[in-house]
Amino acid sequence: MQTSEDKSRDLFPGALEMMILESLRRQPAHGYALVQHIQQRSNNLLQVEEGSLYPALQRLLKAKLVKSEWTTSPSTSRRVRVYEITKAGLRHLEREVSRFERMLEGIQMVLGPARSTQNS
Amino acid sequence: MSWWERVFRRRTLNDELSEELNGHIEEKIEQLMRLENLSHAEARQAVLRAFGNPGLIATRSREVWQWPRLESFLADLRLALRRLRKSPGFALIVLLTLAIGIGANTAVFSVVNSVLLKPLPYPESDRLVSLWLQAPGAGIADFSEGLLMSPSMDLAFSEHNRSFQSMGIWSQRIANVTGLAQPEQVQSILVSDGVLQTLQISPLLGRWFSQQDQDPRGAKTIILSYGYWQRRFAGDRTVIGRSIQVDSQAREIVGVMPRGLRVVDHDFDVFIPLAPDRTNLDGPPFGFYGIGRLKPGVTIAQADADISNLLPLWMSLWPQGHYFAIWRITPTFRPLKKQVIGQVGSVLWVVMATVGLVMLLASMNVANLLLVRADSRHQELSIRASLGAGRARIARELLTESLLLGLLGGAFSIVVSYGGLRLLKSLGPAELPRLSEVALDYRSLLFTLLLSVFSALLFGSLPAIKHAYARASDALSRSTRTMSSSRTRNRSRNVLVVAQVAMALVLLISSALMIRTFLALRAVNPGFSDPAHVQTLRTAIPTSMVPDATMVTHIENDLTDRIAAIPDVAAVGFAAAMPLDGIDADWNQFQVEGKTYDVTRPQMYLFDYVSPGYFSALGIRLVAGRDFNWTDNYGLRHKVIVSESFARETWGSAANAIGKHAHESNRNPWDEVIGVVADVHQHGVDEKAPAIIYWPVLMYIPYIEKPTLGAERGVTFVIRTRRAGTETFLSQVRQAVNAINPNLPIAGVRTMQEVYSQSLARQSFTLVMLGIAGSMALALGIIGIYGVIAYAIVQRTREIGIRMALGAPRSGVKWMFVRSALTLAGAGIAIGLLAAAGLVQLMKTILFGIRPLDPVTFTAVPVILVAAAAFASYLPAARAAAVNPVDALKTE
Repeated sequence: MQTSEDKSRDLFPGALEMMILESLRRQPAHGYALVQHIQQRSNNLLQVEEGSLYPALQRLLKAKLVKSEWTTSPSTSRRVRVYEITKAGLRHLEREVSRFERMLEGIQMVLGPARSTQNS
Repeated sequence: MSWWERVFRRRTLNDELSEELNGHIEEKIEQLMRLENLSHAEARQAVLRAFGNPGLIATRSREVWQWPRLESFLADLRLALRRLRKSPGFALIVLLTLAIGIGANTAVFSVVNSVLLKPLPYPESDRLVSLWLQAPGAGIADFSEGLLMSPSMDLAFSEHNRSFQSMGIWSQRIANVTGLAQPEQVQSILVSDGVLQTLQISPLLGRWFSQQDQDPRGAKTIILSYGYWQRRFAGDRTVIGRSIQVDSQAREIVGVMPRGLRVVDHDFDVFIPLAPDRTNLDGPPFGFYGIGRLKPGVTIAQADADISNLLPLWMSLWPQGHYFAIWRITPTFRPLKKQVIGQVGSVLWVVMATVGLVMLLASMNVANLLLVRADSRHQELSIRASLGAGRARIARELLTESLLLGLLGGAFSIVVSYGGLRLLKSLGPAELPRLSEVALDYRSLLFTLLLSVFSALLFGSLPAIKHAYARASDALSRSTRTMSSSRTRNRSRNVLVVAQVAMALVLLISSALMIRTFLALRAVNPGFSDPAHVQTLRTAIPTSMVPDATMVTHIENDLTDRIAAIPDVAAVGFAAAMPLDGIDADWNQFQVEGKTYDVTRPQMYLFDYVSPGYFSALGIRLVAGRDFNWTDNYGLRHKVIVSESFARETWGSAANAIGKHAHESNRNPWDEVIGVVADVHQHGVDEKAPAIIYWPVLMYIPYIEKPTLGAERGVTFVIRTRRAGTETFLSQVRQAVNAINPNLPIAGVRTMQEVYSQSLARQSFTLVMLGIAGSMALALGIIGIYGVIAYAIVQRTREIGIRMALGAPRSGVKWMFVRSALTLAGAGIAIGLLAAAGLVQLMKTILFGIRPLDPVTFTAVPVILVAAAAFASYLPAARAAAVNPVDALKTE
């Protein structure tokens, strides 16, 4: 419990939403599948907590970045709510990703030389 | 999801979320079972452990859509509603208390708002001023209000002033309208040029009076009020241009004024142009109300100075104008609103303060009830606090309950205040100006809302603060069954009781003072006797109907004889003015033979013109000499009757006055004093009886050099009969009037008792209000004391049991509780006495015949309160003492 909390705290705000949107861009999915998908894609590095996932999904629904529909899962024949990214969601994702990349670039530029001086 | 759905689709949202989460959990369980070969139960346990609290996740997800604060507020509200439903008795008492308390306050506030706060219903009414003057040199001590305007002043001022946009004068007169279905008396207002322009109310139909209408030799015109137009012409729009007979004079209707228009708080039926004759004007008569509209930015002080400068000009315009220099006339203009409100302001504020106090008292009783209720939840609240509920959360929950009570009470109170205002309007106290404007408007409703919330915070904050700050561990350990209650728990309730007693004392002292005032007023001998058996009515004979003065008196004499012939009439007479009717027939100098008078300090006396029989009809005692007879009138015999105080002051005794001589001024022949009558409180029993000089109804007018006869044309008949006020008697009087002249109107039909009661309306209104408030306060105080003692006894049953088991006598136990109640009452009384001593100073202007710090009242009321406190505590104490110690120790 302790570790997972640490992990989620390490994620910066908006990271979870970004990953959800990216996963949904590839393919619509229900909550359980989203957890599985993110876990697999990150080689088990990232563990999405249900406690964060569902509020995040509701936030995205509210912002109309995703939409949801109740269907019957073909594999388990259970009623599930499948989420799908909207056009607004796609635009938002694009914007967020490019912003994230710029930020990452910046962080690397700050961290990079420092590390090299340390190394030398 | 729209805002709409967010509010109303809450259930769907919750269901969907829990279904989604359950599905998620199931899927995870299946996966675990598949991958790790666990049994369903084991897998489920593992999943739930990893998952955390599904309820919490659902809540967090839901909160995305909600306003969480509102949500928890709604939850508190639901809880509060449920708790109220479960204790209907409590809810009923609290809501009733609040509804009455808030309702009374809203009703009084509506009155204060409409009468005192709202501007007058004229455009830019803050620029309207009432034109009063002071004439300290005129010697009219009773002219406390000041000197009214005269037509000549109006002409001089309105033509030469620099401060007023417009100004004018007006006066009320009863006019006779004939030629329609029945002759009738209407309330007319004579207006000079400028009055309508000053009020700035456009006519509904037609036009205002123009300057031509004010020409005494020009066309005769009239303007109708909306009410009269509806009543007599059924709202016919073609009425403009038609003529009606007013005082036997045909007048063309040129306009109709809009609905609801009143002139400085006077209702009227018609406006008639004053039409002063410029060629024949003099300084007096000073009998007109002046009204002016200031130019923008001009202050009243500037206007006063402006008119002061015009006074010499005014005096130079009239033949004897310079005589008025000794009057030392100065303008003391005042805002029109002040004129309208008059004396009633202080009464209204006293009443407002009173009902405000009652509201505080009611709030305290509610707070007391809430404290008891919260105490019964003590354990629950403590448990919640120890489970981590914050102080704010608990306080919020308790406050929500109070707020709910306050708002519900406020909602019910609207019914109460609406009913109260209806009642007030139907009672229609004559002393209350602007009554027609009183209504429950948005300001009153806003006041209700604010008062509801404020009182809710007031009575709700006590339990909220107390329980939010109670230390959890302390609370939990405290209410065990082996302990009796601690001191701190009762402290807030004790403080409430002390405050309640203090306020009840203040209210009771105020009402006691009012009762004493009323009794003192009733004890004043008004000068007339047995008013219930005196019928009064007014009639008037205009010049246009009967030009000759002697003829007028003959007609009035005939009417008197005819009324006297009606069965059961003991006496009948008439006068220009009767006591308490608000009319002053005349004021003038009255100089006694053999005395020298300082011409620079003229002394003015109240005059009245009375017929033979007037004194005996009203029951005014003849102290010496005789009454007038008709021969004195028709023979123009220069006789006069004076009031007792004048006779004593001037000639030492009433008997000495008979045969003495006096006159108005050196221009007039001597008049012989033939009688002395008892003093009459002409202006109300709360004012000193003025010296009055009574003249015959037919005499030479003293102001005019050429001997001119004058008769009293507008007179009040007073008829002493045991049938006063009955319909059969009045119809007989009407027949008598009709037999003389069918065009004579009758108005102001009242018994003297009604006139007398109305003159005490201000005091009786205050008395009733304070009486109601005082008895409510006493009842609330008794309930408060009873509640606190009864509750303390319930809490201390165990202690009582122990005491009695150890041998305490029953009387000792009883005394213990009564003593604690008396201690509280004593503290309350001490505080209340101090507060009352300060607050009763506010009532000074209403009191009569009694000092604000009346020792009897200030002793009696505390004694009553102590008795009430003893009574209120004795009942539960006696019950406590009857407890069987074994039972007491067995409780819980």
